[in-house]
Amino acid sequence: MQDILTGPMIWLSLSVFVFGMLARIILYIRGLDWKLDRVAYRAHPKAGMKGAARSIIYWLLPFATKSWRKQPVMTVVFFIFHLGAILVPLFLLAHNMILKEMFYLSFPITLNMCLADILSWGVIVSSIVLILRRVSLPEVRILTTTYDYFILFLAVAPFVTGLSARYQIGEYQFWYTMHLLSGELFLMLAPFTKLSHIALFFMSRSQLGMDFGIKRGGMKKGASMAW
Amino acid sequence: MSEETLCNRRPIQTEESLKKLLKDSGGSQYYKEMKSLNVDHELLWSTIQKTCKSRIRTWLEICAHCGMCAESCFLYLINDRDPTQVPAYKIQSTLGEIIKRKGRVDNEFMHMAMKTAWAKCTCCNRCGLYCPNGIDMGIMMGYLRGLLYAQGFVPWELKIGAGMHRVYHAQMDVTNEDFVETCEWMAEEYEEDYVGLNFPVDKENADILYTINAREVKHYPEDLAEAAILFHIAGEDWTITSKGWEQTSLAMFAGDWEACKIQVESVYDAMERLKPKRMIGTECGHAHRATVIEGPYWAGRENGLPPVKCMHYVEWVAEALREGKLVIDPEKRIKEPVTLQDSCNYVRNHGLKKITREIMSYMVEPGYFIDMSPNEEHNYCCGGGGGFNGIGLYRKERNQALITKRDQILNTGAKLVIAPCHNCWDAIRDLEEEYKIGIRWSFLKPLLIKMVKVPEHMKPKD
Repeated sequence: MQDILTGPMIWLSLSVFVFGMLARIILYIRGLDWKLDRVAYRAHPKAGMKGAARSIIYWLLPFATKSWRKQPVMTVVFFIFHLGAILVPLFLLAHNMILKEMFYLSFPITLNMCLADILSWGVIVSSIVLILRRVSLPEVRILTTTYDYFILFLAVAPFVTGLSARYQIGEYQFWYTMHLLSGELFLMLAPFTKLSHIALFFMSRSQLGMDFGIKRGGMKKGASMAW
Repeated sequence: MSEETLCNRRPIQTEESLKKLLKDSGGSQYYKEMKSLNVDHELLWSTIQKTCKSRIRTWLEICAHCGMCAESCFLYLINDRDPTQVPAYKIQSTLGEIIKRKGRVDNEFMHMAMKTAWAKCTCCNRCGLYCPNGIDMGIMMGYLRGLLYAQGFVPWELKIGAGMHRVYHAQMDVTNEDFVETCEWMAEEYEEDYVGLNFPVDKENADILYTINAREVKHYPEDLAEAAILFHIAGEDWTITSKGWEQTSLAMFAGDWEACKIQVESVYDAMERLKPKRMIGTECGHAHRATVIEGPYWAGRENGLPPVKCMHYVEWVAEALREGKLVIDPEKRIKEPVTLQDSCNYVRNHGLKKITREIMSYMVEPGYFIDMSPNEEHNYCCGGGGGFNGIGLYRKERNQALITKRDQILNTGAKLVIAPCHNCWDAIRDLEEEYKIGIRWSFLKPLLIKMVKVPEHMKPKD
């Protein structure tokens, strides 16, 4: 079991993730239609690129948009969650050792242990807040489906199992196996679920940015969207 | 379905059927028939497969159900934070559900969707600025309206409105002759007060082609006169067109995309025929949106631009004041607290936020202009946008929606509201009628007429 999970399954899950996401991006772009979307994407590439870049950058910075500033608690929770969810899997020393072993490549920097712990706990704690938010706020509760909890479960399970293994709660081997399983499950399901937002966030934000940049005033002087 | 029905999937194509539908006062028969209108599942699903592509599908799929859009929606806030007014919910429970069920929805569902699309959203696009994933629910509501229209589930007034565009190329039963005659009448009325005033008709290669809102012909001919007087004083080389003069599009509110195309092409034809340097439209928000922002796409123009450069009236006013074509008598500037309504259609959706404030700086004595909060691209809808003003069936909901604007205005303390948009102007008039807060409201034109200096040679010789 372990041999499969640490060998071919890593290859398989990473491939499904990378190629799946690439396919989603290509399909997204191919599905854009200037006439149906009513945005002249091709005619104004410069204004479009500028709008897309602004649309992405503003939203990647905490408190840079009016929406982030309006809901500070959610903003903090959101960024703590995503910071951990992105940095830990990519830059954890242990992950990089696997990368080196399997693909002979790794990132030049890795997280030190303490920082990795903090970020991982950040994911766990913020996900609890996100669940409480879903349960307690009527405007979020009405939107929430079981599927939303499943997505959160997929995203958080590798952290719960990873931390359990790291602190050796109970049997290390068990948690290690579960960590591999949950991580690989995440990678393989991401392109086919709401987790596809990992890539499609950038597509959707670019598209709306181009819409505002090209059509909705972006080409007028001093009319850049404040977000 | 028999030919006799008033409520059906067919658009209004003839004057006769238009009159028949108009006779059904308030749409009582029309709405009664709607209760037994069946849904063409095949048409619904095949339309979705053809027209619902990656943008909208991705929006529906990646919506994180986080609810961050809730507070961006004035209808959510003003309806006691009713969770069913959360923008994401409104679109997921209608368009999202139709797609999930592959178009197999029933009559009752379509009634719910119709109410959601026209009484719970004004397509103001404010929520699009607040979603981290970049999901613009206003755009999706517009798309949903198109699907509903094609199935015959559309408010009575908007079915008529779209029909008007198909029959008259105008939002009301105003003919080309009516338009030109009204302009001539206005010229006669005012030529004694402004020497040399006239309405040039179909003049080729003029600097400005002026387009309007048919309501001005029918209900506010003074507005036409004021536009002519200001162009005259500014010394502009301008013209109106005897055909293709209507800038508005109730078809856009109705989701009748074919009628949108017919309407906007009539205006573009006038541009091609008269070859003006630029077109300037009247003080209307959705007219600008329809003809200048969305129109090029309905007409299939790949560069997304109209045939000639188009400006909103506020852009012309700012330019005329900036360049001294219009000069304001400093004595006559506004010296009372005054506020300004930012129209969603040309501010949030076309970036004209600074230009209106530049106008205020010329017209208002320093210290008297007070901005609403929120303002500019974050301003709330007037409460009557997207067709909401005109739908009798949803009058109660519309009046509730007006409270947002009422309170925004009250918070400024201003007694005068400048609203350079027909829809906003109407909504603010209605909110005064409904809630009596003691305000006045105005377009720019009548205020400007009172304060601009008239050149000596244009003054009447006694």
